Amino acid sequence: MAVGKKDISCPPYVKGREIKAEDIKEGKVTYWEHHPDIRYSFTAGQAISRFLKGLKEGKLLATKCDHCGRIMFPPRMFCELCFRPVDEWCEVKDTGVVETFSVSYIDPDAKPLEEPVIVAVISVDGASPKMGFMHILGEVDPDDVYIGMKVKAVWKSESEREGSVTDIKYWKPLEG
Amino acid sequence: MTRVAVVGAGYSGFNSNTPDLSWKELMYEAAVRAYEDAGVDPRKDVDAFVTCAEDFWEGFAIFDEFVPDQLGAVLKPTFTVDADFLYGIANAVMIIKSGLADIAVVEAHSKASDILTFGEVIKFAFDPIWLRPIGKAHPYYFAALEKSAYMTARGYSDDVFAKVVEKNKANGRLNSDAPYAGKVTADDVLRSEAVFYPIRKLEIAQRADGAIVFVLAREEIARELTDTPIWVSGVGWWSETSNYDTMSFTAAYARKSAEMAYKMAGITNPARQIDVAEVDDRFAFKEVQHIEALKLAKSNEIPELVEGGYFGRGGDLPVNVSGGSLSVGNLLEATGGQKALEVVLQLRGEAGRRQVDAEVGVAQAWRYIPTASGAVAVFSR
Repeated sequence: MAVGKKDISCPPYVKGREIKAEDIKEGKVTYWEHHPDIRYSFTAGQAISRFLKGLKEGKLLATKCDHCGRIMFPPRMFCELCFRPVDEWCEVKDTGVVETFSVSYIDPDAKPLEEPVIVAVISVDGASPKMGFMHILGEVDPDDVYIGMKVKAVWKSESEREGSVTDIKYWKPLEG
Repeated sequence: MTRVAVVGAGYSGFNSNTPDLSWKELMYEAAVRAYEDAGVDPRKDVDAFVTCAEDFWEGFAIFDEFVPDQLGAVLKPTFTVDADFLYGIANAVMIIKSGLADIAVVEAHSKASDILTFGEVIKFAFDPIWLRPIGKAHPYYFAALEKSAYMTARGYSDDVFAKVVEKNKANGRLNSDAPYAGKVTADDVLRSEAVFYPIRKLEIAQRADGAIVFVLAREEIARELTDTPIWVSGVGWWSETSNYDTMSFTAAYARKSAEMAYKMAGITNPARQIDVAEVDDRFAFKEVQHIEALKLAKSNEIPELVEGGYFGRGGDLPVNVSGGSLSVGNLLEATGGQKALEVVLQLRGEAGRRQVDAEVGVAQAWRYIPTASGAVAVFSR
């Protein structure tokens, strides 16, 4: 009996029928499938275009607001706190600190992954505090990851890089 | 209850494509201009932000999450209405009149050039079981079905709609932000391909990019901020049905939303009391349908009035003096924003070479195919 069902004075519930997996396979349950072809081409714009170009060159680029003094990463053309244009571009390091992480075992379709994916938010060295880059960790056992762990980017080779956030393969623990 | 006024307006675009700017940067540009125009600092002075967007136009879900940064709205009350800019105006008016905010901001934009499969995105608005599987044609045919029924019911010939295109394309030539303006004659329209018979190619507004931001304030503050507050004297919105087999094909949504807005604005004879109108003309017949629905003229008189220039820039009741969507382009959910912007510029006397004499104006937008929904706002000086 469904929760709350017994005290409701309304017309009786429609009596359902138990559905088995075979009923669905045999088309006894009515569905209509539609697989839309919906595609976009997102304009990267001023800030992200330059950021992606930087990745291709193996650099992490940020922008600076002279008003609040923040070095913003990923870069933007305006400071969202001061609401004014940024003042200059600068390079930040490809090392950072794990702010938070998750060891994920299931893919978006709820299927088990062969290897767990360690997703992490990384505060990048040289950017203002809490300027995070969400990426994945590698060359590390899930049991060994901790908040505050120092990490370094592992880049694809120059010829493989295409101006994408995946030009960094993953971040690995920074030894020493 | 306080009156509400537009105290600032800013926009970016309008262009057929904006490959240099992301939609966030486009929105930032419009916002900066609106705040400059109003003389307000969004970080200190604005109490609430309303954006208008449809996730499928944007290409990502839960659009409202992406709003705050480029609008100056970080850590401020913000929400998104999945509808046209004029619905955002209605929401801002309610927020201010109810006393929740003294100053509220409304935003809408189009980055239509980012959409690669426009027809498929429109089809996504169709009932998946009933309508999506029918035929393979581009969904513009939905507008053609409506035009066919409407013009037959009214006994209009195609000359009326061709004249509307000629007028709007000519009006747009005085608007530097109208990328699709041009010297197009009614004959050119009638000779253009009947790609979705009875709709011809030149009767369809092409897509455009752009962003619009308005700053609204309650009366006392509005008077402090500007010498030319433009009052939002009435708002209305209405939905008919999503079913093409039962809808009126006479823009009942526009008639009902106009009645709601007129009542609030105290307008009893719109044909006389409205001085300037910007109505949705994303298909040429829509302008005629909306002129009728907004009671700007009697339906049997419209063909003669269109022919005689009554709705022209120099006519008694200029309609789409901006060039309309036929010149400016289809700005998706920002369509009503472009229309409201033109009315505000006209009432302020800031419309430049296309200035007309106006005290009261109306802006109207439809929610595009396949809908029978829309909103109206009445503005006065």
